[in-house]
Amino acid sequence: MSNFFEKSDISRSEAENIVSNTLKKCDDGELYLENSKSETILLDDNKIKNSNYNSDLGFGFRAVSDEVVAYSHSNEISKNSLKQSSENLKSTLKSANGTYNYSIPKSNVKYYESINPLEEKTLNSKIDILNKVNDYLRKKDNCVKQVTSNFSGEQKSIEIIRSGGESLTDVRPLIRFNVSVMLEKNGRKETGVYGVGGRQSYDSYLKDDNWKNVCDEAFRIASVNLESKPAPAGEMKVVLGPGWPAILIHEAIGHGLEGDFNRKKTSAFHNLMGQKVASEGVTIVDDGTLDNRRGSLTIDDEGTPTEKTVLIENGILKNFMQDRLNARLMKTRSTGSGRRENYRHIVLPRMRNTMMLSGKQTQEEMIKSVDKGIFAVSFGGGQVDITSGKFVFNCTEAYEIINGKIGSPIKGATLIGDGPSILKEVSMVGNDMMLDPGIGTCGKAGQGVPVGVAQPSILINKMTVGGTSL
Amino acid sequence: MVKDREYLENKALYCLDLAKKLGATDISINVGNSVSETVNFRNKKLDESNRSDNLGIDITTFIGKKKSSISSSNLLKENLTILIEKCIETTKNTPEDEFNSLPDKDLLASEVRDLNLYDDDHIENDKKVEYLSRLEAAASKDKKIVNTESSFVEDKSNFILANSDGFCKGYKTSSFVASSVTVAKDDKSMERDYEYSRKCHLKDINNAEDLGKKAADLTLRKLSPKKIGSQKIAIIFDKRIAKGMLSTFASAISSSAISRGTSFLKAKINEKIFSETISIIDKPDIFKGLGSKSFDSEGVKSETLNLVEQGILKHYLIDTYNGKKLNLKSNGRCGGTTNLYFNNGETSFKDLLNSNSKCLYITETIGRGSNIVSGDYSVGATGFLVENGEFKHPINEITIAGNLKDMFQNLALANDLEFEYSTNSPTMMIEGMVVAGK
Repeated sequence: MSNFFEKSDISRSEAENIVSNTLKKCDDGELYLENSKSETILLDDNKIKNSNYNSDLGFGFRAVSDEVVAYSHSNEISKNSLKQSSENLKSTLKSANGTYNYSIPKSNVKYYESINPLEEKTLNSKIDILNKVNDYLRKKDNCVKQVTSNFSGEQKSIEIIRSGGESLTDVRPLIRFNVSVMLEKNGRKETGVYGVGGRQSYDSYLKDDNWKNVCDEAFRIASVNLESKPAPAGEMKVVLGPGWPAILIHEAIGHGLEGDFNRKKTSAFHNLMGQKVASEGVTIVDDGTLDNRRGSLTIDDEGTPTEKTVLIENGILKNFMQDRLNARLMKTRSTGSGRRENYRHIVLPRMRNTMMLSGKQTQEEMIKSVDKGIFAVSFGGGQVDITSGKFVFNCTEAYEIINGKIGSPIKGATLIGDGPSILKEVSMVGNDMMLDPGIGTCGKAGQGVPVGVAQPSILINKMTVGGTSL
Repeated sequence: MVKDREYLENKALYCLDLAKKLGATDISINVGNSVSETVNFRNKKLDESNRSDNLGIDITTFIGKKKSSISSSNLLKENLTILIEKCIETTKNTPEDEFNSLPDKDLLASEVRDLNLYDDDHIENDKKVEYLSRLEAAASKDKKIVNTESSFVEDKSNFILANSDGFCKGYKTSSFVASSVTVAKDDKSMERDYEYSRKCHLKDINNAEDLGKKAADLTLRKLSPKKIGSQKIAIIFDKRIAKGMLSTFASAISSSAISRGTSFLKAKINEKIFSETISIIDKPDIFKGLGSKSFDSEGVKSETLNLVEQGILKHYLIDTYNGKKLNLKSNGRCGGTTNLYFNNGETSFKDLLNSNSKCLYITETIGRGSNIVSGDYSVGATGFLVENGEFKHPINEITIAGNLKDMFQNLALANDLEFEYSTNSPTMMIEGMVVAGK
């Protein structure tokens, strides 16, 4: 655990006094301190191209009065800097006349250990694995023309000091291991990418030569794409594979169920609470409590313990995801979904691990039932316009389905759909729910946070496939 | 106040000396500070104020052909010492790469150009509030506008770039941004659109009322969109989308993508990749230009590059490392383009709209649908159906797709270029793309 005041000219009790004094007439707020250490080691084009170490230290001071947020952050944890921030907050909230809400739920449960993944493995052993990855892939097939692989790891220590001196702390490890391979055959070039990660040591993911599985998967995706033909264009049935394709849920539904957009009534879902928004059998949860998962948090960035929040139960909209501010204004409780990228940013309600739970059907049944459609197995990024509800995502591995059988692979196409109506088009939910491999980062208002997704195979009756083949 | 030159230079020189003492043969250091103050409004009321003070240092140390780097926001001497020791240790353990080096000395910038990139004017938060009140009053005049969110950002930055070959230069820049996002609603739909104004100098910021009205107008015209059928049709890209095509082009000609062989434009120098009417220029020395620079992030002087002349690709964007790999000299583009733009075409905006009896006018795309390895392009889009030069109705929930190789060849431009951003394009038309809809 970091002691943020050890090397500062300000003592903890002086800082606590500034916090209490600044937030006196506010409804909420806190001093958020953060110390993070991170590294990236990158192999590219046969060479170790980058070994970077980053250490980041800073604080963000927030005061909330009614709907107004005043925020100030700096890298210097000093008397001067904290006082200046305090003055900034006070001058914005001159007319604040609220009552500070001291209550914050407590929990002793932790969802990951306070390890420092950066120190568990030497630089040389990381370089060694990257070189092995490079050799392994280049020897695998002579159409391998480019290999990129990297380790990135982080340990983030945070402390939240609330008015009255209450302190909440967390130490968060996070790692990711990634492989990207480019193949070239008959003048065509295609890429395959795969990665693994979560809130454990590198070795938890890479032991027993598991890095080979990551390489094989990246290679397999690239090989499939080398044989791909132009994707069809137009509305058709879509079968989504289990696991990572759940970013469809994340984009189509998840963002629209975040508290802020609904308080502001800019989400297409804001007036649908308690109503049927999905087919029967569709249940979606957002869960921060899965052990060691990328999107899991012991406490959120306001200090609230995370939970498993039921968003949609058997088709009915049950809850939004809330931070303290939006919960207070919408007269409900925080779901432990208040997150920020780092101390430079204000807290927003965000997703953690968003999952559609298993149903009863098999993937086989779904494919069999489709005359003409596509089977999408993996995706790149996605994006949503939460106001119109339209969302897209890009296929990185997909196949055509003809007369109930999987056919040729098709080129990366964008799928586009409508968030509020897409889940009503789900006609089968598989029995094969799978978590993603731990690679997701979600962007909102310029802030990226690690997230997870999960789903079983699902059949969607109608989606627009953005191919070139009419 | 943003840190002055003396503070930044002292930090840089301290690190330079220490790294040298600990055994680094070459060193490059960037120290920067930026202070910004933002006020956000929502539905005509104050929503958020945000003051941000960011310090940062990036240090790269070389020992012969070995290289490693560190970065930190903690500039206390004690911390810097620990980090530099760590960086040197990591450098020693990192394998050699023959192409690692500082830039050639004769390519380094010898001066900082006076491009008027810094405005010392400060706008108090109370004044920002006053501006935003006027903006939001104008934005929410129509009853169908149900939500407005606007912000005013003032940012002042200063930096020093120093290396062990004696380079030590930096300068201040400022930026002011006013923006507005509005949501409109009718019984069939809810739509969102935006407008913003970003300038180096406060007095150049657009009038608040005009900006608010523009955001509202753009949003209102999107209400009650329809979906159209899948078809092959000419696409006209609004300027704010058209500039994205230039950014995609820039990433495809970056020396890193070229040297790694992961660009569809590899080995296309002196080949015709656009029609002969197309020229693309990257000009670093535009007065008050949002992308203007005296040198790139390695200290190499940036000169104007005619990237594409009469449709022919003339230059890649080259940094030191990838330049050495390709046996080319850096052209001062480490970190990317500066002020990148297409020269004007010869057609007026109106004639472009009329050039087909039916076309789509695209105002927004979503999704990262450009693959620079294969050139495949597929994105979600919203816009308008245009018939005989007239806007008929808004459309959404469609995708547009093609391959960048063909799209570049078929690209035509109007003559309405303006310098609103760091990357700028006139209105653009591409024929032969496929729309997927109903």
